[in-house]
Parts: sequence; structure tokens; C-alpha cells
Amino acid sequence: MGARALSNRNRELVYLAVVGVLTGLGFASVYIARQSVVSWGSLSYALFFLALYLAAHLVARLTVPDADPYLLPMAGLLTAVGVTEIYRLGNADAFKQGLWIVIGVGLFALALYGLRRDYRRLEDVKYVAGVTAILLLFLPRVPGLGTTVNGARLWVHLGPLQFQPGEFSKILLIVFLAAYLREKREVLAQARPKDLGPLLVIWGACMLVLVSSNDLGSGLLYFGIFLAMLYVATARLSFVLVGLGLFLAGGVVAYQKIPHVHERVTIWLHPWTSHKVFCPQTGAPALRQDCQSYQLVKSLYSIGNGGFGGAGLGKGTFTTTDGHQLIPYVNSDFIYSALAQELGLVGAAALLLVFMLFVARGMKIALRADDGFSKLLAAGLTFGFALQTFIIVGGVLRLIPLTGITLPFVSYGGSSVVANFLLLAGLLLVSDRANAQ
Amino acid sequence: MNVQISRLAIASLLLLAALIVATTYWQAWAAGSLAAKQDNAIQRVAQFRIKRGLIYAADGKTVLAANVRRKGAGQVLYFRRYPTHGLASQVVGYSTQGRSRAGLERSENAYLTASNANLGTIFDKLGDKLKGATVQGNDLVLNIRPGAQWLAEKALRGKCGAAVVLNPKTGAIEVMASSPGYDPNKIESSSGYASILHSPSACPGSSSPLFNRATQGLYPPGSTFKTVTAAAALDSGVYTPTSRFFDPGYCVEYGQKVSNAGNPEAPERFGNVDFLQAYQHSINAVFCDIGKKLGAGRVIDKAKEFGFYAKPPVELPSAEVEASGEFDFRKHAVFDNPALMDPGRLAFGQDKLLVTPLQMALVAAGVANGGKVMEPHLVKKVVRPGGGTVVRVKPHVWKKAMKPETAATLNQMMQAVVTGGTGTAAQIPGVKVAGKTGTAETSVNRVYDAWFIFFAPADDPQVAGAVVVEHSPNGFGGAVAAPIAKELMQALLATASKQ
Repeated sequence: MGARALSNRNRELVYLAVVGVLTGLGFASVYIARQSVVSWGSLSYALFFLALYLAAHLVARLTVPDADPYLLPMAGLLTAVGVTEIYRLGNADAFKQGLWIVIGVGLFALALYGLRRDYRRLEDVKYVAGVTAILLLFLPRVPGLGTTVNGARLWVHLGPLQFQPGEFSKILLIVFLAAYLREKREVLAQARPKDLGPLLVIWGACMLVLVSSNDLGSGLLYFGIFLAMLYVATARLSFVLVGLGLFLAGGVVAYQKIPHVHERVTIWLHPWTSHKVFCPQTGAPALRQDCQSYQLVKSLYSIGNGGFGGAGLGKGTFTTTDGHQLIPYVNSDFIYSALAQELGLVGAAALLLVFMLFVARGMKIALRADDGFSKLLAAGLTFGFALQTFIIVGGVLRLIPLTGITLPFVSYGGSSVVANFLLLAGLLLVSDRANAQ
Repeated sequence: MNVQISRLAIASLLLLAALIVATTYWQAWAAGSLAAKQDNAIQRVAQFRIKRGLIYAADGKTVLAANVRRKGAGQVLYFRRYPTHGLASQVVGYSTQGRSRAGLERSENAYLTASNANLGTIFDKLGDKLKGATVQGNDLVLNIRPGAQWLAEKALRGKCGAAVVLNPKTGAIEVMASSPGYDPNKIESSSGYASILHSPSACPGSSSPLFNRATQGLYPPGSTFKTVTAAAALDSGVYTPTSRFFDPGYCVEYGQKVSNAGNPEAPERFGNVDFLQAYQHSINAVFCDIGKKLGAGRVIDKAKEFGFYAKPPVELPSAEVEASGEFDFRKHAVFDNPALMDPGRLAFGQDKLLVTPLQMALVAAGVANGGKVMEPHLVKKVVRPGGGTVVRVKPHVWKKAMKPETAATLNQMMQAVVTGGTGTAAQIPGVKVAGKTGTAETSVNRVYDAWFIFFAPADDPQVAGAVVVEHSPNGFGGAVAAPIAKELMQALLATASKQ
């Protein structure tokens, strides 16, 4: 690596310290807005975070000494922004989210430790990964286990534990695709039907599950990841074009045949009506902004209220003066609308720039990796991260139809946080190997 | 694979960059239109942290809308209180959490919350924000004269109707009353709101206290519209005040007799008259003939020159102002195709014509002001919390309704109505009053909407206006509406010199 003023890990430490200070300021701001005092409680949150990330840093120092120094601090910043905002919206959820981050960091450490010698062993278990991914997707369909939230059947209940297996199957699927495509890329590039078989089977199964569980956002996400990795492996743009064509055709059919999809598109195109239309929720006529597009419209109002500089962390408006919630699902699907209101255009753009930097670093890791599996794995994980961000924030911003998925690292949601720490571990492992050589 | 990965990287970054563009769109470009949406509860609640600007009457002392400071959940909130309990209620409107906003509280919200784009306001607000102080809105000073406004509301109490009085030279609206009114302090609570909606009705059907009859109420104008027809007739050059007519007591339209006012079996009949007398005594048959001769198109064109078919540019929310004109009851909108109108009945203000009291006040004001209709304004000025004027509303000509000579002639004709015609009840000793009565037929026999439009002093007009009283049994405009107009003119002229 040559002579450098700072080693990668020392660099990481410096950035983590910066993130620690930012987190402290964020919590202090929320406290000041709420009680007009800075209490030690606010700083204890920041100190707790700093300690947690220092632990993660130490694990990285031991297991992946040469890995990219920017990713862990950026993940730290994103989770800190998320927890600060979730805390501001309601203390109880912030505590739970904190616990999930601890679990996420724990699994992150385990993954780094377990795969520190050679993560490429994952290639040998690719079919296990693929089949597990599909089984996980089917889990919410099992009677007695799954529950429906907001029209989509995504959750699994195991006693007090509740999680979204879809978040994990995304990572397993990327591992499978990376291994499978690495092995078959030459033959696939010739586009013979028999070689495409297993791919199409996996893809079809995913689509079936997703359409039947009404989880359109994840459907788009998986399909996008699939096409992107196929393109990276085969260099055939025609696959992407045909794939997009198929997706659009499927979308049109779904729009016509599936009421849930039709509703989402209608809300996207015409969130406001000037006259009353039929409201399925109540069965009575109502303005669409008071009925189906209520969430989207309230989220846009929240973003608009932020303006250029924002209301200030802790000073946004999310409830009426007597405490009624104004924006539904504000700390999960709509966390971006909350952040955009409090941080304004300046803060929201800065947040998106962090996401862009994360993606740029991830893609750089893919470029530097020297074997096909590593390249595909890093590119797949990074693109999945980018596309998920685009789907949820784009939905909230009415750029595309809104579908409920989480904003990586930021949204409230245990499965999402844990899965994203595993994604981070994967990127650091690839990066360490590429830089060590 | 590196080429593909680079391309994928660019595609991913472009997707995320699109999010920044979209955020910019909503937070910079579309923020204003989002804030103006009636269902934007976030904006509404957020603005309760702003010390909203006060609303004053023209004297600068009478507070029409004030704030109550309340602490709750670690923040200071400002709620509205209306100290007069409903003076000019529909004009001032209300600002509530649960039921959004109405009236000037809605349309002038940007000033009242200091979110207007005037440079001084922007700096004041930035200063407040940086200091962590409460943002203070700009105050409104209205043209409404509290004494006369109170008098108008008292005169209309127990009736349904409206009164609008403005300065014909400036367009300043000094009285805008709509009866029944309501107490805006009651709007927020659901029981209070219900008590307003279900208050005993002063007229057939619902009395709708929230409805601003002065700008939204659509009434047949009756004979007051003859002023517009007369302006068309005089401007056309075909008629002069001395043009001769013979009134047989009716006119013939589409082969049928259209009788003068009074008992249809034995209508009033004036025989040989000139144009001035026909106007003075409001003879339908003569105007019916004039309408047939001029054609509906010319009358409607003249009405448009007075401002019909457009919403008067008053500061109220657009949804609370109606345009006047021939009305299609099925489509619930005005139409202006002369081929679908009855020119004779149009000429004396029946047919399907519906007008707002504000528009008829503007007709009187146009005649008073030598043919120029000024933009009507409720707001006199916008003032910064620490003093200093943000906006002072200046008079602007809205419409040029007729030639100055025509206006001078009509002025004489309207004076004749008060001195020796249908409007003698509006006479004021020592003041030349000009006016025109109207008695519009309603769906109920012998129950009328009584009108009076007026201005005074006729040689140097200071006030002009319209009064309408709905559903007056046997109530002719001259007997029911003219006395109210007289009271208002006296009150306003008595203090005009002091303002």
C-alpha cells in the first residue's frame, strides 16, 4: 500500500470520532428543542454510540485491517441520524432501535470474524444460500407465523420476536447470484436457454412470492439487483433491456389485474382530487388526499414544510398541538420526510450525499477486487443498497409509486438494521482482501 | 467486468442524484403551493408556533383578531381569539387547528405568519429564528370602519342579507356585512361549530352563517340592474335621458305579455314617459323594449365592463368570491352566450341573472366615480410587528365601465330616484343621495329580495354601496333596503372627514 500518513484503520478511527461528535450535537439539539436544557441523558446516547462503534472498529482492526476506512463511519453516521430522529419522534422506539443496532454490530463482528480468512468459501454454499433466500421469502406465508401490515404480508412473529425475513433473503440472494454468475458467466453470455434455467427459476419464485405478498417495493428491488448483476457478469446490455421490458409489461398487467398495484399507481399519478372519489377504506366518497393518498400527501407536506434550512432538529411538526400523529409510519417508511422537514434541503441533500459516497466506495471496492465472485458480490451489495434507497426515498418524493420498504441504516426496523450491518460486513471483507494484495 | 461496474456505479449515483433534485423540487420550487393546500395540517399546526399578526379595523384600535398564548408539550403556542365575537365575521374568517382557515385569515395567511416574500419580513423572520425568538407575523389594518360595520350588522340582525359600502374613489371597503354572522371563537370546538351550523334560521332554508353573502351570495338583482342596462343604452348613443317611450303596462316578448311590477291583472301603467322617468319609476316595460332593441349581447358586454363574469379582486380567498352573470342552474356556473338569454327580462334584471352584493356595490361605485370601477380592497395596509409598513394598498382602476358623460347622466338619473322616484326612503337632509331600488322576484309569490344600491354625496361621492335583504314579504327595495342604506351613509359621511 506504500507509505501513508494514516493507516486505513487509524483513518477510520478519526472519522468515527467526528461521527461521535455529530451524534452528540444531534441529540443535544433534540434535547434543547424539547426541554431547553442539555442533560447528561442526551450525551449518554452519543457516548453509547461512540463506544459501540469503537468496538466495531476494534473488531475491524483485528479481522479486516486493510478494509475501506470510510464505510464504517458512514454507516455509523446514518444509524446515528436515524436513531436521533427516531428518538425525537418517540423515546420507546429509539431504545429498541438502539438494541437492534447492538445486535447488528454483534452480527457484523461475528461475520467479520467467521469469514476473516476467506469469505469466498461462501461460493461453495451458493445453492444453500439461494434456497434459504426463497424459504425466508415464503416464511410470512406460513399460517400462524406471518402477519399482514399495511396490505403486505412481510412479517414473521416468533413469540415476542418479530422480523422481516425479506431483508435477509436479499443478502443471501446476492451471495447466490454472485457465486452462480461467476461460475456461469461465459455460458450465460451466449444466452442459451438451458443455462438460464436455474436463474429464471430463482427469479420466478421471487416474483411469485412478492406479487402474492403484495410487497412491490421488494419485488422491484430484487429484480433490479438481478438485472444489474446479470449485466455486470455477462456485459450484455440486451439482458437489461429485455428484463426492463419484461418488468414494464408485467407492471402494466399488474396495474390492470391487481387492485393493490392499481391503487398505488393511481395514488402516484393523482394524489390530490378536487372532488370526492370512492374511498375503499371507509366505503364512502372522500377526497383522495383524505383517503388513499393520505400518507403520501402528508409526507410531502412534511418535506415542503422543511424548506431550505429546515425547522431544526427537534423542532419539526409531526403531531397536532394535542398530540395526534400527523404522518403515519413516520419513523419507518417515512423517516426521510421527517428528516427533510427538520434538516431542510441542506440537511436532506447532505444525507443523500452520504448515501452516494457509500455507494461510490462500495463500487470502488468492486472495481478493486480481483476475482469475479468478489466483484459481483461487492457490486451486488452496493447496488442493492443504492436501489433500496432510491425506491423508498423516490416513493416518498413521488418520483415513483410509493412502496413501503426501509431506508438502509436510517429507518426504524430491526431486520433492516441487522441486514444492513451484514451487507457492510460483506463489503469490508471484499475490500480488505482487495487492499491486502 | 470493470467497465460494467463503472457503468453500474454511474447509474446508481444518478438514481441517488435524482433524489436530491426531487427533494429540491418539493422544498424550494413547490413548497409554496404545498403550504397553501387546505388539508396541509402540518403547515397549519406548525404555524401555531408563530405569533400570528393581529387584524385591526380601519381605526387602528379595534382588534378583530388577537392571540392567546398557551404553553404545552415544551412549546409555546398561539391560538386565535376574536375579541369582538363576530364583527365582520365572514370577512375576518378564522384560523383553527381542526377546521383550517377561512376569510382573510386564510387568504392573507402569508402576511399574518410572516411567510410573505417581502425583504423586510424575510430579515425580521431570519433574525427571530437565529435568536431563537418567536416568529412574529405582520399585522393587517383593514378598511372596515367598526362603527358603521356594527350598525350594518345590527340593521340586518334577524334577517338574511348583506351590505357592502366602499369608497368609490379608492375602492376601500368600509362595510361588508353578511347576516347572519357567527362567533369565530366557537369554530374550534365541535359543539360550538355545531351550534353555529344549527343556529335558528332567519330565512327559508339554511341560514348558513359561515357563508359570506356579500361576496358569495348570488341574488337576482331585480331593477338595480337597470343601471347597467341604462349605461348600455346611453353609451350606445341610441338613447338620451329625453328619449320618449310609451308604457302600456307591459311589453311583449315571444308573443307573450311581460307585465310591470304590481298586480299582474292590473299592473302599474305610466303612459307617455321619457327615459329618465322610466328609470326613476323603474318601469319594466320600457326597459324590456330597450333590451329587445339593444339585444342581450350589448347588455351583457356592458355588464362585463362593470366587472360581471369576473371575480372582483378583493383580498378574500378565491373560493369565497363568486362572479356575477347569467347563471346556468344545471351546470352551476355563469354563461355568457347571448343567444340563450331573454333580452327583455335581462334588461330589467330578471331572466337567469344572479349577482353578488359586492358586484352591485361596484356598479353604484362605477357610476359615482365617473365610470371607473376601482379595485375593491378590504386591506388598508400590512404593518411589521415593530412598526413600519410592509405594504400599503394603493387605489387601482379595475374596470372602465362607461363614458364619463354617461356616468354624469346616470348620476342625475339616480338622484331623481331618491328625490322623486322609488327610493325616497333614502333621502338625507342636506346631502344629495343617488340610488336605485330593486325588488327581485323569488320562487315564493309576493316574497321578494329587496335591493338598494346608492352613493352620496352625489356631487362628490364619498360612499357607494349595495344593501340586499332576502325574502322580505311584500318588501319592496325602497321600503326595506333603502332605510338601511340611509343609516349607513349617514354614519359614514358623519365621520368621513375625520378619517
